[in-house]
Amino acid sequence: MSKRRFALVGNPNSGKTTLFNALTGSNQFIGNWPGVTVEKKSGHLIGHPEVEILDLPGLYSLAANSLEEIIASKELTENPPDAIINIVDGTNLERNLYMTTQLFDLGIPLILVINMADELRQEGISIDADKLSKRIGYPVVAISALKGENIDKLIGHLLSPEITQNHPAKTDYGADIEAVIAQAFGIIKPSFPESQLRYWSFRSLEPGFKQNLDQVQQLELQRLQEDYESSHEGDDLESSIAGLRYDKIDQLVNGTIHGSRKGELSFSDRVDQIVTNRWLALPIFVLVMVIVYGISITTLGTYLTDWTNEVLFGEIVPGFVSSLLERMSVAEWLQSLILDGIVAGVGAVLGFVPQMLVLFFMLAFLEASGYMARIAFIMDRAFRKWGLSGKSFIPLLVGSGCSVPGIMASRTIEEESDRRMTVILTSFIPCGAKLPVIALFAGAIAGDALWVAPAAYFLGIAAVILSGLILRKTPRFKGDPSPFVMELPPYRLPGLKTILRSTWERGWSFIKKAGTIILLSSIVIWALLRFGVENGSLATVEVLGNSFMARLGSLISWMFRPLGWDSWQAAVATITGLVAKENVVNTFGILFGYAEVSETGTEIWANVAQHFGVLGGFSFLIFNLLCIPCFAAIGAIKREMNNAGWTWFALIYQSVFAYAVSFVFYQIGNWALTQQFSFMTILAILVVLGTIYFLVRPEKQKEVRTPQRNGVRA
Amino acid sequence: MKSLDQVSTGSTVEIVKIHGEGSLRRRILALGVIPGSSLQVVKVAPLGDPIEVKLNQSNLVIRRSEARFIEVAGGDHE
Repeated sequence: MSKRRFALVGNPNSGKTTLFNALTGSNQFIGNWPGVTVEKKSGHLIGHPEVEILDLPGLYSLAANSLEEIIASKELTENPPDAIINIVDGTNLERNLYMTTQLFDLGIPLILVINMADELRQEGISIDADKLSKRIGYPVVAISALKGENIDKLIGHLLSPEITQNHPAKTDYGADIEAVIAQAFGIIKPSFPESQLRYWSFRSLEPGFKQNLDQVQQLELQRLQEDYESSHEGDDLESSIAGLRYDKIDQLVNGTIHGSRKGELSFSDRVDQIVTNRWLALPIFVLVMVIVYGISITTLGTYLTDWTNEVLFGEIVPGFVSSLLERMSVAEWLQSLILDGIVAGVGAVLGFVPQMLVLFFMLAFLEASGYMARIAFIMDRAFRKWGLSGKSFIPLLVGSGCSVPGIMASRTIEEESDRRMTVILTSFIPCGAKLPVIALFAGAIAGDALWVAPAAYFLGIAAVILSGLILRKTPRFKGDPSPFVMELPPYRLPGLKTILRSTWERGWSFIKKAGTIILLSSIVIWALLRFGVENGSLATVEVLGNSFMARLGSLISWMFRPLGWDSWQAAVATITGLVAKENVVNTFGILFGYAEVSETGTEIWANVAQHFGVLGGFSFLIFNLLCIPCFAAIGAIKREMNNAGWTWFALIYQSVFAYAVSFVFYQIGNWALTQQFSFMTILAILVVLGTIYFLVRPEKQKEVRTPQRNGVRA
Repeated sequence: MKSLDQVSTGSTVEIVKIHGEGSLRRRILALGVIPGSSLQVVKVAPLGDPIEVKLNQSNLVIRRSEARFIEVAGGDHE
């Protein structure tokens, strides 16, 4: 058979992913749409490598309302598939068919797949697929993607020669609108391909539509809209067209649906009477979060992580590799490279994976069951002020265990700017690996005071809030806040296969995309620590003070003088902390002459206190808590941003923010303690005042949006 | 003019007009909130915002700031 390409299109929660998995099995390729955080999936039909299926993001329409819709519209018009597989949720047929009417305009062959046939049957409803098919002119199949019902019938259609033949659907919206469309058609005719003119005629009537059009055409289209509105008592063209699409859908489905829905309240409504109840919603939410955190971070997750890090990559693999290397009598430095550089580096990548898989499994369940959307509903108000989504709660919570899965968990957030903001802010929350560092400084300079650890968490939360407020005002995040209109999907028991697949996909994409950066940086740090100039010649060094790392430390230590700590040791500890934050403690141990120190570094408390002093010590702690996270988390940031510019922006922002906070803390603290007022004090005060001004200054563009025309622009 | 954010919980109202332009209106329309159809305000989130409305087979969540753009009629307490 010849090659053919299908695009799978459907609303969110229509069962699209389940169907995609059922059609392609394990023949999937997962990547990203270029430059954006949206996932791109494609695959081959099982047993038919010549049949390609592209899974487009879940959408409610083809207009340019969201990044996903822009991507889908671009793909369908610039790279039209041989046919569209349009999956619709049979339990909410009319709403799902809205986008179908837009797909009709594209003039691409189509097969309509009505999903959830099993649920409909339970409700006593049947849909007459043949009758509907005759009306729309395209094949219609009723399936259950979850139960695998009628999938073979669908595949039969996909392999038939008729599937790629176009039967223009009869969508006449009445003389009134068709006259307007005909005029728009005439205006845009030179600017778009012949076959897509009907689709672009509708699109060009979106207020402010500019694509491919010159100013004359835009003005003519604007006049067309105004004429319509003045002759229809102010009814706007967009609402009229949407209304006519729904009228058309009513005509199409009228008489094809048999049986009626039982009772007023659906199963989901009854569940929501408890789960999103005004008084019970928050306690239930807390309980769910305790379970997610408890399993993925503290109990099962920790057990798996400890085992991978300490047993598998701490004993078993290194033991095996070193005995192998010794038997092969490999040079000592090469052994060290392989063991301390590569094996440790690979271990650092893979060590996170088991915990991540546990977490992703639970997140996939929350998403597929419908509860994740409820989280956005419950928490939206608390988070949107800082430019975050209600769903940002989970990344931040998980981030308190480990930033890496926390950052990866941001995938569940729909809105791209919310998602990027969450990725930048998650690592401000102190992760588990930062706790030994906190304990070291609490013990060394604060007499082991109990308030230090809570203060560190408070600092993290304050950093999230402050940064959210600051970043929202930067050009990168500015612009209209995205409209928050969301569907609460019905509660459904998700299929185990779908959840397992999603869990594995996310874990694997971390290994693939973040692995390289973690491995490379581990090797570089290893080399810097290992080599140096000793006795005038290049050698593997015995004393850390002679290593290239120490040189690098002294080379950059001046930068930290305004923060109150400028020793090369402190700089080196900060750099090694990038491999894993708990390394800060070990590094100080080595630098102060101990071969090994306890987890919280009790042995070196006196040295640290003497080395830093109280103010400098806290400043160092603050900087290390807030600055760029470990390489694994940087890898996760890179993976989620999928864009070099955004990754650098995140890392530079985190560094500058950490520097500014430590600077202000140290300089103002110094002034308060010593009464010495210097140029640096003035600078610190200016930073504070500047930030306050930046946050409270009046804004011109984003005035109060009044419910009038021109209130909201795309 | 009465807008959706002023409707009390439990009331069913008819949609008169979607104000504003751009992606918000298009998104609302695509979800089936179109002039002439009716919807019920089901619930308010625990923190007072957003609100949940029921429309045909869909349950939708919308912020008060965006519900202000939806002009409605009827539906006051009996």
